[in-house]
Amino acid sequence: MARIDLDLAHAYRPNPREDSDYALLPLTMSFRDGGAYALLGPSGCGKTTMLNIMSGLLVPSQGSVKFDGVDVTRATPQQRNIAQVFQFPVIYDTMTVAENLAFPLRNRKVPEEQIKKRVGEIAEMLDMSGQLNQRAAGLAADAKQKISLGRGLVRPDVSAVLFDEPLTVIDPHLKWQLRRKLKQIHHELKLTLIYVTHDQVEALTFAEEVVVMTRGRAVQTGSADALFERPRHTFVGHFIGSPGMNFLPATVSGGALRVADRPLALPPGRAMPDGELKLGVRPEYVVKTAPGDPAALPFTVTLVQDIGTHWMLTARIGEHTLKARLNPASRAPQVGEEIWLQVMGTHTCLYLNDELVEA
Amino acid sequence: MQLSLDQISKKVGAEQWLYDMSLAPRSGEVTVLLGATQAGKTSLMRIMAGLDVPTQGKVLVNQADVTGMPVRERNVAMVYQQFINYPSLRVADNIASPLKLRGEKDIERKVRGLAERLHIDMFLDRYPAELSGGQQQRVALARALAKGAPLMLLDEPLVNLDYKLREELREELTQLFAAGDSTVIYATTEPGEALLLGGYTAVMDGGELLQYGPTAEVFHAPQSLRVARAFSDPPMNLVPALPAAQGLQLAGGPALALKLPEAPAQRLASFTAGVRGSALRVTAREGDVALPGKVELAEISGSDTFVHVATAVGELVAQLTGVHYFDLGAPVTLYLDPAQVYVFDAEGALLLAPRRSHGAY
Repeated sequence: MARIDLDLAHAYRPNPREDSDYALLPLTMSFRDGGAYALLGPSGCGKTTMLNIMSGLLVPSQGSVKFDGVDVTRATPQQRNIAQVFQFPVIYDTMTVAENLAFPLRNRKVPEEQIKKRVGEIAEMLDMSGQLNQRAAGLAADAKQKISLGRGLVRPDVSAVLFDEPLTVIDPHLKWQLRRKLKQIHHELKLTLIYVTHDQVEALTFAEEVVVMTRGRAVQTGSADALFERPRHTFVGHFIGSPGMNFLPATVSGGALRVADRPLALPPGRAMPDGELKLGVRPEYVVKTAPGDPAALPFTVTLVQDIGTHWMLTARIGEHTLKARLNPASRAPQVGEEIWLQVMGTHTCLYLNDELVEA
Repeated sequence: MQLSLDQISKKVGAEQWLYDMSLAPRSGEVTVLLGATQAGKTSLMRIMAGLDVPTQGKVLVNQADVTGMPVRERNVAMVYQQFINYPSLRVADNIASPLKLRGEKDIERKVRGLAERLHIDMFLDRYPAELSGGQQQRVALARALAKGAPLMLLDEPLVNLDYKLREELREELTQLFAAGDSTVIYATTEPGEALLLGGYTAVMDGGELLQYGPTAEVFHAPQSLRVARAFSDPPMNLVPALPAAQGLQLAGGPALALKLPEAPAQRLASFTAGVRGSALRVTAREGDVALPGKVELAEISGSDTFVHVATAVGELVAQLTGVHYFDLGAPVTLYLDPAQVYVFDAEGALLLAPRRSHGAY
């Protein structure tokens, strides 16, 4: 196991000049030994580039990769002692489940006695003990992918295990079981795990720390809680949560806040620099309130959806739209109705140039 | 246009793909076909489109029998999961093709408008092969929308896209559907997507049409266990139960005080209690029953946390708003208001659904 330090940038074309020439903009980042990390972002955000640089499939165009302080920038995946799990099962169909799991160990000339013990442990963790002598060929896609996971996890001495969207082929109903397995395994084996996904549930459930990426930048690294409660960048607010955070234009002038051209009370003791800001509030924290509430603004209801567990409200103020998840036991607002919605509270964030202004 | 399927079924070789069903999707509205893969959604759509002929039964359009009429003689737009574009035409011309065919005016503005709504306006001058899969899919979708056909069939149109993009496009589509007067049939495997699309929902399972009605109504009053299973995410928690003095007794757990409706004795011999994840809480209120257990996993989506808990009545999944952490194996007690419980009879038919305090329908 290893601590991984990145201090690098990557462009697939020579002589990058603008930000858009980079697949990964210059960054420094550390992955703790034994930590569980997810790289999360939409396609094209740079997460796979970052994973490939860590695994050694790609040499960054500038900077270095260090494992436990040793520069491995130009080392191969084998030299780095990395295990990898891909989107689709990579297994030998003609071998049994046990032989498949043992393969990475046999390759490294581990004594048979140890192999048997370790394969037994991994099979037990993955609920595959009963299938050890079965040929892989006859198994369903999710069982095959479980073997791939097992092969990635079977060597106790790896620097890190890297996963590239490993649950893509898994039936939705089985996904949560494998997420649970991965979490348990991390708990038991204490391996450094790095997991690439565009699926927020997967990332937030699996990882202790999630690296949220967009356009070649890692905009925030944090726990699920931090990403939800205190997004450091408007992109994180938008990307985490479904629907994401609402943003309304705000102006501070002489210490007074105006949002969507109306005054709004700042919480006591929360001073803000003068300038153009964005107010961010999650749909989960918007509350219906009494007209004239100084922490609220008047909205016109444009859509009310019964999403089963809540009312999903879409409302307008001027040309700005806001979504709110309201209590299902409350009366549903009517389309066209004017209602006051509290948008300023302890969960409200303010952004200057898309970066969070700390309270 | 009014499409009606009159007692249709479909058999291929010895296999029954669709069992006898009748369905008249509400004209000018969205009807969601909701079901898992293999439920029969695509088979049904192919019959609606005229790509396939039912083994039995009739397809009617505005009361006229069109069974067996080939697809090119019908005015239908269809988008498949595997999208199809004209490879030799630029994106703009791909979208414009149905408009040109109809000799419409103002084509450029209409094409741009649709492209903007589907977030592909920056690709109008490119060829489909230069785009990613998801972008090509949106081009096919834009062309289907441009066609403005009275019947629009969309088979999981957003399935391969990133979830944020899916969220945005779903919203754009909902607005486009509402603004147009096409009858839209939209197949999906996701209960959440059906709820966001609204309109009407037809729940399918194993080639059978189980229930059709306004989407929220089907969700809140699933007529059978099978509908409840198909139309819940996370899956509805189902617990076997037996009659008790004041209501019913959960197998291995507490009794629930409930007033069950009058029904023939055999229907009341045994029950299944259904509890939606959102009805389970980790803080108690007056009148709740307690279900202690151990955490198996907390899945975090951001907006919600889904806590899987092993309890005496089996594994339960609770849906909590926001981000919550639970250690694997940690003790936790779930609380439930008995009034939030669905009760299904011995045959799996709905006996009792939670009363909705705001009376939405």
